[in-house]
Amino acid sequence: MGDYKVPELTEFTEIPALQEGAMSHSHPYLAAPEHQEPLGFPGELVEDWHDRAIARFGELLDKSRALRVYLDSCVRCGACTDKCHYFLGTGDPKNMPVARQDLMRKVYRRHFTFAGKWLPWLVGAEDLTEEVLDDWYSYFHQCSQCRRCSVYCPYGIDTAELSMAARDIMDHIGKGQKYCNEIIGKVHTIGNNLGLPGPALADTLEGLEEDIEDETGVKVRLPLDEKGAEILLVTPSADFFAEPHVDGLMGYAKVFHQAGVSWTISSYASEAANFAMFIGSYEQMREIALRIRKAALDLGVKRLVFGECGHAWRVAYSFLNTLAGPWDFLDQKYPIPQHICEFTYDLIQKGALKFDKSANDDMTLTFHDSCNVARATRMGGVPGGQFEIPRAIARAVCNNFVDMAPDSIREGTYCCGGGGGLLTDDLMELRVKGAKPRMDALNQVVQTDGVTHMIAICAICKSQFSKVFPEYGMGMDRVVSLHQLVSNAIILDGQTTDEDDDETKAGAAPTETEE
Amino acid sequence: MAVLTAIFTVGFYAATAWLIYGLLRKIVQYWRTPAPLKIPTMPAPLTRGGVAMRLVREVVLFESLFKSNKWIWLFGWMFHAALLLAMLRHLRYFTEPVWSWVVLVQPFGTYAGFAMLAGLGALWLRRVLVERIRYISGPSDHLMLALLLGITASGLVMRYVARTDIVALKQFIIGLMRFDWQPMPTDPVLAVHLGLVIVLMTVFPFSKLLHAPGLFFSPTRNQVDSAREKRHLASWAAKLEARGE
Ligand code: SF4
Ligand code: SF4
Repeated sequence: MGDYKVPELTEFTEIPALQEGAMSHSHPYLAAPEHQEPLGFPGELVEDWHDRAIARFGELLDKSRALRVYLDSCVRCGACTDKCHYFLGTGDPKNMPVARQDLMRKVYRRHFTFAGKWLPWLVGAEDLTEEVLDDWYSYFHQCSQCRRCSVYCPYGIDTAELSMAARDIMDHIGKGQKYCNEIIGKVHTIGNNLGLPGPALADTLEGLEEDIEDETGVKVRLPLDEKGAEILLVTPSADFFAEPHVDGLMGYAKVFHQAGVSWTISSYASEAANFAMFIGSYEQMREIALRIRKAALDLGVKRLVFGECGHAWRVAYSFLNTLAGPWDFLDQKYPIPQHICEFTYDLIQKGALKFDKSANDDMTLTFHDSCNVARATRMGGVPGGQFEIPRAIARAVCNNFVDMAPDSIREGTYCCGGGGGLLTDDLMELRVKGAKPRMDALNQVVQTDGVTHMIAICAICKSQFSKVFPEYGMGMDRVVSLHQLVSNAIILDGQTTDEDDDETKAGAAPTETEE
Repeated sequence: MAVLTAIFTVGFYAATAWLIYGLLRKIVQYWRTPAPLKIPTMPAPLTRGGVAMRLVREVVLFESLFKSNKWIWLFGWMFHAALLLAMLRHLRYFTEPVWSWVVLVQPFGTYAGFAMLAGLGALWLRRVLVERIRYISGPSDHLMLALLLGITASGLVMRYVARTDIVALKQFIIGLMRFDWQPMPTDPVLAVHLGLVIVLMTVFPFSKLLHAPGLFFSPTRNQVDSAREKRHLASWAAKLEARGE
């Protein structure tokens, strides 16, 4: 898979000429029986896969209005054709949202519409052949479900809904994706994506407490499974050890500390991520969400706060009430659930946090809106709070902040290239190429405004950029957590302020800069 | 003559019945199919009133398309607006006496045909010339444009080149509506015009023309951003819950 050319960055992301089949070789590893069966899916491709796929397709059509309406409504106006980062980065026409949809639509037409049954040639209807199934596996795993296309479609057609449904159908015939299904299995058995068991987690948190104390002289706690705490923090497990995620976690801890609230992490629900969304499985998604409900009940918490993660915030903000509600046992005075950014922002508004902004002076920052946060959730009380609140926090904790090109941020933000369950090494080429539009926009502000670092509030974005930046000749440590900046700048009560600490911290810790 | 009248009389009744049946069937199907999760494309309105406004903006101004691509927006909007005017103008053939506001629309309506022609032509050119759009276009997409262009062009011919017997046509149409059948004027252009309209009515409920009702049922556009405040639960999901716990 290693053989591909990293795209050259351009001032504006240009619309590429079509290169048919350019990415037809790209597909993720198949799930093995041990990844499939625990989720209730057949271990391998079943004999009567065609009939079972069509049957499952029919079930989904009855369950999801979006699927039905979107399969019927497309007029092939072409408005979405240049909106997908995977198309812009690869030139493969099947990565144009409408063409991706058509892979599914042609089967829908053949089996579920009058015109497709009688005049298939006229409406481009086609049966689900082995070839078509291969296309499905390939191209529905080249969609990060970022929903950028849905913003620009005159009918709001959301390709993510179709790619989720397609993955669900494939799971049901034994053609699942290893990366997602293996991870979902780990959450069911261990409680998080990484398979990090309780004792290891306790060790990690203890280590972080020591780090903070060494750095600030203040005893900031990162409690685990503490009954009766007010807040349950649910955060992506990458926050427990990956860079720069963990710096963000220390930031949350400092904010909680300074707010004087009691909080805890749960070892049972030690994962905010919910990869079941990526495979379009309501049942799996619900099962994972119910772990959070159980943890909240067992620990007797009053509030639920989520750490920095994109799709996790989508599941939390938009779906949690549906999947695992009603949350009548929590304190109704606060939003349920609440985003850590909302929490921090409220404190900043109240003047309850003190910052030394100069602690971040060695960086010039820009902000990457994570697709799920931007287009599938909200923060705060007004539409668009998901754009304003993180920026307001960034401006409160650092002096140098600029935005990237307007069409590449906010609701028009480009996906990092690794969302939607594609953050796996077997899709490296896709991830690198799919990052191009974001890299173009970033490179622009690097050139013109001297931007040195990009803030992300999503575990997947952070991991993806750490991996992809070096491919484009940028240091992997150039992506930072928002709460890492908060952590750098916050002045804790009783903190032994000393300059050296500020300096080592701000450079974003252990990894080297490669520029 | 009687044969022509008979064919078109039966044709119009059948097409109307089919159109109504087909559309209702689809609308009922959309209506009945639950949307299990909250998926509005954000930022989304926080109230039902806000959502209504969002939909109005989409229907009247093509808001999302405007954000997306100014050329497609221009031609698409031009075509649809002109189509609306032209259809309103045609009400004069269905009302006796003609409603006064329809009289007011008349002068605009007659020119609307040219705007339709221009819009459709430009959209078709894009379909052929822009590589990406050519790639996604199938036979039905071209045929749909041909059909609409055929209706528009034949209408314009009757208006500006070979005028048809409007009085007789109106009697034929009113006759259809009152079940008091009258002969249809024998005019080949008129026959083409009306024939294509019958085809359009027939294909409407099982073609991409379903985008018209579809927009109102699109969850990304018609849902309120209220997931945290109000629990949203589909009927099948409620059953799943009842079984599970
Ligand atoms: S923008 Fe919407 S209607 Fe237009 S081609 Fe894309 S999916 Fe179809
Ligand atoms: S959801 Fe995102 S990744 Fe998928 S087709 Fe649309 S723009 Fe591309």
